[in-house]
Amino acid sequence: MSVLSSAPFSLEEIANEGLKPEEYEEIVRRLGRHPNKAELGMFGVMWSEHCCYKNSRPLLKQFPTTGSRILVGPGENAGVVDLGNGLQLAFKIESHNHPSAVEPFQGAATGVGGILRDIFTMGARPIALLNSLRFGSLEDAKTRRLFTGVVAGISHYGNCVGVPTVGGEVYFDPAYSGNPLVNVMALGLMETEEIVKSGAAGLGNPVLYVGSTTGRDGMGGASFASAELSDESEKDRPAVQVGDPFLEKSLIEACLEAFKTGAVVAAQDMGAAGITCSTSEMAAKGGVGIELDLNEIPVRETGMVPYEYLLSESQERMLFVAEKGREQELIDIFHRWGLHAVVAGKVINEPIVRILFQGRIAAEIPATALAENTPIYHRELLSEPPEYARKAWEWTSDRLPLCNASGIEIQGSFYTWNEILLTLLDTPTIASKRWVYRQYDHQVQNNTVMLPGGADAAVVRLRSQEQSAPSNSAVAATVDCNPRYVYLNPYEGAKAVVAEAARNLSCVGAEPLAVTDNLNFGSPEKPIGYWQLAEACRGLADACREFQTPVTGGNVSLYNETLDSYGNPQPIYPTPVVGMVGLIPDLTKICTQGWKNAGDIIYLLGSSLKSQITLGGSEYLATIHNTVAGLPPQVDFDLERQVQAVCRQGVSQGRINSAHDCAEGGIAIALAEACLSSNLGANITLTLNTQLRWDELLFGEGGARVLVSVSPEQQTQWESYLQQHLPSNWQKVGLVESDTFLRISTSDQLLIEVTIELMRDRYCNAIPRRLDV
Amino acid sequence: MKFGIVVFPGSNCDRDVAYVTRLLQQPTRMVWHEDTDISDLDVVIIPGGFSYGDYLRCGAIARFSPVMQQVIKHAEQGKFVLGICNGFQVLTEAGLLPGALIRNRDLHFICDRVSLKVVRTDLPWTQNYTQGEILTLPIAHGEGQFYADEDTIKQIEDNGQVLFRYHGENPNGSVNNIAGICNVKGNVIGMMPHPERASDPVLGSTDGLGLFKGIGARAKSD
Repeated sequence: MSVLSSAPFSLEEIANEGLKPEEYEEIVRRLGRHPNKAELGMFGVMWSEHCCYKNSRPLLKQFPTTGSRILVGPGENAGVVDLGNGLQLAFKIESHNHPSAVEPFQGAATGVGGILRDIFTMGARPIALLNSLRFGSLEDAKTRRLFTGVVAGISHYGNCVGVPTVGGEVYFDPAYSGNPLVNVMALGLMETEEIVKSGAAGLGNPVLYVGSTTGRDGMGGASFASAELSDESEKDRPAVQVGDPFLEKSLIEACLEAFKTGAVVAAQDMGAAGITCSTSEMAAKGGVGIELDLNEIPVRETGMVPYEYLLSESQERMLFVAEKGREQELIDIFHRWGLHAVVAGKVINEPIVRILFQGRIAAEIPATALAENTPIYHRELLSEPPEYARKAWEWTSDRLPLCNASGIEIQGSFYTWNEILLTLLDTPTIASKRWVYRQYDHQVQNNTVMLPGGADAAVVRLRSQEQSAPSNSAVAATVDCNPRYVYLNPYEGAKAVVAEAARNLSCVGAEPLAVTDNLNFGSPEKPIGYWQLAEACRGLADACREFQTPVTGGNVSLYNETLDSYGNPQPIYPTPVVGMVGLIPDLTKICTQGWKNAGDIIYLLGSSLKSQITLGGSEYLATIHNTVAGLPPQVDFDLERQVQAVCRQGVSQGRINSAHDCAEGGIAIALAEACLSSNLGANITLTLNTQLRWDELLFGEGGARVLVSVSPEQQTQWESYLQQHLPSNWQKVGLVESDTFLRISTSDQLLIEVTIELMRDRYCNAIPRRLDV
Repeated sequence: MKFGIVVFPGSNCDRDVAYVTRLLQQPTRMVWHEDTDISDLDVVIIPGGFSYGDYLRCGAIARFSPVMQQVIKHAEQGKFVLGICNGFQVLTEAGLLPGALIRNRDLHFICDRVSLKVVRTDLPWTQNYTQGEILTLPIAHGEGQFYADEDTIKQIEDNGQVLFRYHGENPNGSVNNIAGICNVKGNVIGMMPHPERASDPVLGSTDGLGLFKGIGARAKSD
C-alpha cells in the first residue's frame, strides 16, 4: 500500500487511465520511481487489452502460426502469405466496436482507415476490404441509427480511399443492441521488394513523422476500447477519432513510393495509442531506443501538453525510421502528396523511449515495459461448463410442437412450410444485404471477379497495379462467424466458424491458406466470459490445425458488454470472427452460388444423418420458435475436408456449375438462395429419413453440406468421382428448372412450392422495409 | 496518338483507366495535377475518384488545378477529353460541359450495374456502338444526379448533346435519364458510368471497351 499512498495520483486518476492498483505498483517497480502524468497515460494505453492482450495472450499461444506459405505470422502489422509466382498477400482483421457504438459513422470509417494502414505499412497495396458487422434488432430505432451510420461510414471511407469492399457478413440479434460489432478485414498485394517491418534499427538513424497532424482527437481510444460501455459512454465521444480518407489515399501512394526508394528502414502506423504505441513498439522490436521531440510534431491545435501528444489517436499518421542522410528524399515525396513529413527523433542505443518537450524530458520509459514485457493474466478456467450452457444443451427437438408434411402448429396457429421459408427469407440476418453492399464501391481497381451477393466468398484478381499483364490467379476471402453456435458451445462453435470459412472458400474453388481472427468477447474478468474466450480459442486452434490454415494475426476486443442503467452487464454473444484467405490458381476456374442452366442436376454433398443435422442453435429455432438453445452442429473434420476437397476439385476440373454451402436456415434456404441468385427454379426430392423431423429435414443445420449443380453430360463421371471420394456422403436431389418455382418434396409429399418472385420480395425487401419507417 | 490520364490527389480510377488503354496498346502516360505541359497528348482522360477529397463540392477544387487550365486549352483546340464519374463532375465545374452533378435521389452512394441506351453514334467516342444499343455499365457514385435548369436542358437536348441515357430504372434521379453528355463540338464528353470497369472479359463484361477503341481508332487516324 505504501507505493500507492505515496503516489502523486489518486486511485481515481490511476483508474481513469484504465490501470488497476496492482498494475500501478508494477509500473513503479519497473521505473524505480513514480511515473509522471504523461508516463502514466502511456502505460495506461499500452497495458490495455487492446494493445497488449494481457488476458488473451496465454490463449492465443495455442494457435498454429507457421506453415509453408506463411511469410509473416503474428506480431507484425499484418500477416503475409506467399501466393507463388512472386505474389505475396498481406491481410489482417481489426475491430472498431466501441467507437462505432458511440459514433457509428466515424467509428466505422476510422476502422477502415486503421486496418488499411496496417496493410500498406508492410509495403502492400490494399486491394480489398471485407467487413463483419453485428447489430441488435432492426425493429429498434437505435439499432437502425447504428446500422445506417456504420454502413455510411464504411462507404464514406472505403469508397474515397479507392479500395473495393468486396464482401462480408451482417448479423442482427438483440445480443448486440447496446454493443454493435464492426470488424474490418483488409487484403493487400506486396508492392515492395522486401516486406517492410516495424523493428527500428541503425543507431542515429532519423525517425520521421509523416502524414496528418496531431490533435486532441481520439484521446485514449485504446483504453476506452478496453472498458465496458455504459450509459455514460456518450461522454467519451472525444475518444472517437475522425478520419480523412482523402489523406489516407495520399498516404498510401506516398508511403509505397517512399518504401520503393529503399531509404525506409522500418515503418509503423499510428493506430491505437498513437505516438506512444508506435515509438515503443518500434524500439522494443528492434531492441533499441527512440528519442522523439514533440516540438517537431505538426499539430492541428495549440497548447497541447505531452500527455495529449502521446495519447492522441489522430488518424492517417505513420512513423518511419529512415536511412541517415536520405531523409530529405522521403520528405520530398510526402510533400509532393501534400502531406507532412518531419524528422522528429532518432534511434538511440539505450533501449528506452525518451520523449522530449520544450527542451526537457517529458517521459522516459524502457521500451519493452510498454510493448513486450507487459502484464499477463492467467485466469482460472471454470472446471465445468457454466449453467446457462448446460441448461441450453438439455434442449432437444422433442420440445418443439409436432409437425407434419404441410407445416407446424405454433401456439395455436398453423404455419405451412412455405410460410416458414418466406419468414426466414425475411429475417435480416438471412436476407439479401444488397442495401448494404450497393453503398460500397466494390469494383474500383478493376479486379473484382465475383460481385457481392453472388458467391460464397469474394474473389479478387491478383494484378500488380503497375503492370498491364495481369496474373491468372486470384485470391478468395471470406469473414464468418455464427455467434449463436459459439454462445451455446464455444469450443464446437469456434470449430464451426473455421469450417464454414474454409467451406465458403472451397465453394468458389479456392484452396484455404491462412486465417486472421477477431475475437469479440465480453469481460474476461468474469468466469463465464473467460470460459467462452478460452473454449473458443481452443476450438479455433484445433480447427485451424485441422484445416492447415495457420493464424497470422488478428485482433482481440474484450469487454463487449453494455451496462444498463441498473449497472447490470449485458454481454454480447462470444463472436470469434474468422477472416480466411484462399488461392485460386486459375481464375477461369471459379464458381458462383446460383444455378447456371435448366436441366442441370443438383447434388447435396455432406451428411444428412440425424447425428449431423440439428436444429440446436439454428436460425429456424431462433426466428420461428424464439428459442436459443440446444447443441450446435458438431464439426466432423474428416467429412468437412472430404466435402471441401471434392468441391474444389469439381470447380477446378470445370465439372461443377454452381456451389453453395448450407448455413443458417439449412438446405431450404440454401436452395432458395441458389434460385434467387440465378432466377432459375429447382425441383428437389429429399430422401425421407425417418429419424428426422420435417423441420430438421428442411431447416436443420450442420453436416458439412454443400449444394452443387452439374450438367447432365457430366453425370456419369461426376457420380463415379463422388462414389470414390465421398462414398456415403452425397445424394442426387433434383434438377434445375426453367420455370420459376422452388419445389421441395419427399418421394410422395410436397413440402414447399413457392415462386422465386415471392421469395425475392421477402429476401430483397427485408432490410429496406425495416429501415423505411 | 497519345492518352494522358490526369492524377489528382484523391483520384482512384486513374490506374484502372490506364490498364485499359494499355491493354489496347495505346501509348499512355499519367499526368500529375501540377503539370503544365500536356501538348504531347491527343486524348485527356479525367478519371473517377475523389479529387482533393471532393471537399467543398465534387470537382470544385480540381477545376482550379494547374493541369485543368491546360485541359481547357486542350479542349479549345478541339482535342479530345473524357471525364468519367468524378472526371465528369470536374468537367462541369470547369465549364467544359453544361449542367451539374448533385447528390443521388436517395442520398446514398450507389455501386451497381445499370442499363444505358446509346443515343449518338456519330462521334468518334461512340462510333463502335449502334444507335439505340443497350449497354450494361457499372456505376459508383454518391453525386451522380445530372441536373441543369430547364433552358440548359433544352439546349442540351436541342443540340443533341446527350450520348447515353439510363434505360429502364433511373438509378440516381438524373434529369431526362441523362448518364453522359458531350459539348457542342463533341470533342469533350462526360459520363457517370465507368466504361473502364467493363473492358476486361475476365471481369465479366466488355460493354465499355468500345468507347476506348472508338477514340483510339480516331486518334490514330488523325
